[in-house]
Amino acid sequence: MKYSAFSLVYQALRGHTGWKPAWRDPEPKPEYDVIIVGGGGHGLATAHYLAKEHGLTNVAVLEKGWIGSGNAGRNTTIIRSNYLLPANIQFYEWSMKLWEGLEQDLNYNAMVSQRGVINLYHSDAQRDAFARRGNAMRLNGVDAELLGRDQVRVILPFLDYDNARFPIHGGLLQGRGGTARHDAVVWGYARAADQRGVDIIQNCEVTGLVIRDGRIAAVETTRGMIRAGKVGLAVAGNTSRLGAMAGLRLPIESHVIQAFVSEGIKPVIDCVLTFGAGHFYISQSDKGGLVFGGDLDGYNTYAQRGNLPTVEDVIEGGVALWPGLGRLRLLRNWGGLIDMTMDGSPIIDRTPIDGLYLNGGWNYGGFKATPASGWCFAHLIARDEPHAFNAPFRLDRFAAGAVIDEKGQGAQPNLH
Amino acid sequence: MRIACPFCGERGNEEFVYYGDATVVRPDPGAADATAAFADYVYLRDNVRGAHRELWYHGVGCHSWLIVTRDTMSHEIKRVEFARDAVRSRALSTEGER
Repeated sequence: MKYSAFSLVYQALRGHTGWKPAWRDPEPKPEYDVIIVGGGGHGLATAHYLAKEHGLTNVAVLEKGWIGSGNAGRNTTIIRSNYLLPANIQFYEWSMKLWEGLEQDLNYNAMVSQRGVINLYHSDAQRDAFARRGNAMRLNGVDAELLGRDQVRVILPFLDYDNARFPIHGGLLQGRGGTARHDAVVWGYARAADQRGVDIIQNCEVTGLVIRDGRIAAVETTRGMIRAGKVGLAVAGNTSRLGAMAGLRLPIESHVIQAFVSEGIKPVIDCVLTFGAGHFYISQSDKGGLVFGGDLDGYNTYAQRGNLPTVEDVIEGGVALWPGLGRLRLLRNWGGLIDMTMDGSPIIDRTPIDGLYLNGGWNYGGFKATPASGWCFAHLIARDEPHAFNAPFRLDRFAAGAVIDEKGQGAQPNLH
Repeated sequence: MRIACPFCGERGNEEFVYYGDATVVRPDPGAADATAAFADYVYLRDNVRGAHRELWYHGVGCHSWLIVTRDTMSHEIKRVEFARDAVRSRALSTEGER
């Protein structure tokens, strides 16, 4: 069923009794051409582009819980392409272009809102670094604008501009950045992939990978063994565990990052604001809650929950920037489990096992990458060769010395 | 999460700095396969779900480096020891092998 103003009126006149489920709930078949492990945004996007761009429809997406129950439902919904390094700029800008056409492509309202992303700077040196990044973006065809203190004050009058440690000198604005509704992205990709024949199989955990003569043959699951021509892993957070099933040791540590939402209030902030110096960022959801976050907790974990010192640290950063935040009550906070790589950049590559492909290492920035990640991963799986957009995100770049370290932090995953 | 420092006693984890997996061992730079061994040492991790031996530095306390054995699913801390003791016992056992 195509969603449109006409179908909405038609269903309204029938008392909304005619809506059908947006995707099927099929039993797993004994064999698929391609199995994608992980029913998050990246896995479902991969299935959609495999079907749409490459004509591969004998595809299953296996999800251990329900689709979007991992990081796709735990992120803070920000989309942007304000990077410095060439590999990152071209990849994330392709993602931004896919975001801009996503709702028409999927026939689904993903609530993509290009409300602008502002990164604050607090010194002449930091302004110069941001100007450099903005210039790199513009050289690559991405929009960027360096704002002075007075320009930021017009947009965000309620901040503490004269903070003793971090006075606000201005900000770097990417006007095309913004937010999207994370659950709707998952549901939109699921519905579009399902309509092209992809089987989305929920409550089906992969427990083993069957490898014969150096080639992937099947996956063992809690719903039985399923044979596969090719298998793609899109399980960021648990990539090391799935990799270990294939005997791979990876340049990844699993960490937790916490996120927060306040009680709903009237519209107050109409952009995404980041305060990198204070390890804090914030935006406002359409429902009115202020959605914010900050640093990782910083230790290896698979627990999907964090500790209180990080909660205190994030909120201290927020109140230092925006004193009025102290008047709000916190509604919820939660943790998401993330793959932190040794250079802070992702991996989309073949593995040493024929027919087994890896998509992971998204650090704390996987949501904005969802469309390009799926698009590139589908290209890699269908053609067995990377697209130029994901060619730098190789698994062997660490040993080869071709790391993509946006922050220049070195091989210390909790500091990226 | 609270860590029982062997010198200072039990303290909140905000007093400590995390430095990651304590099981990786710096390879011999003179070995024939040193380049590959260093790539493994610097970049590859087991990233276990379960009991994880890891380095913590008690920066707000006694400045000791500690090896903490912690469950990465439950955050339960099973053992805390001085890193120097672990390194000494490892050195002794290596000498024994020679």
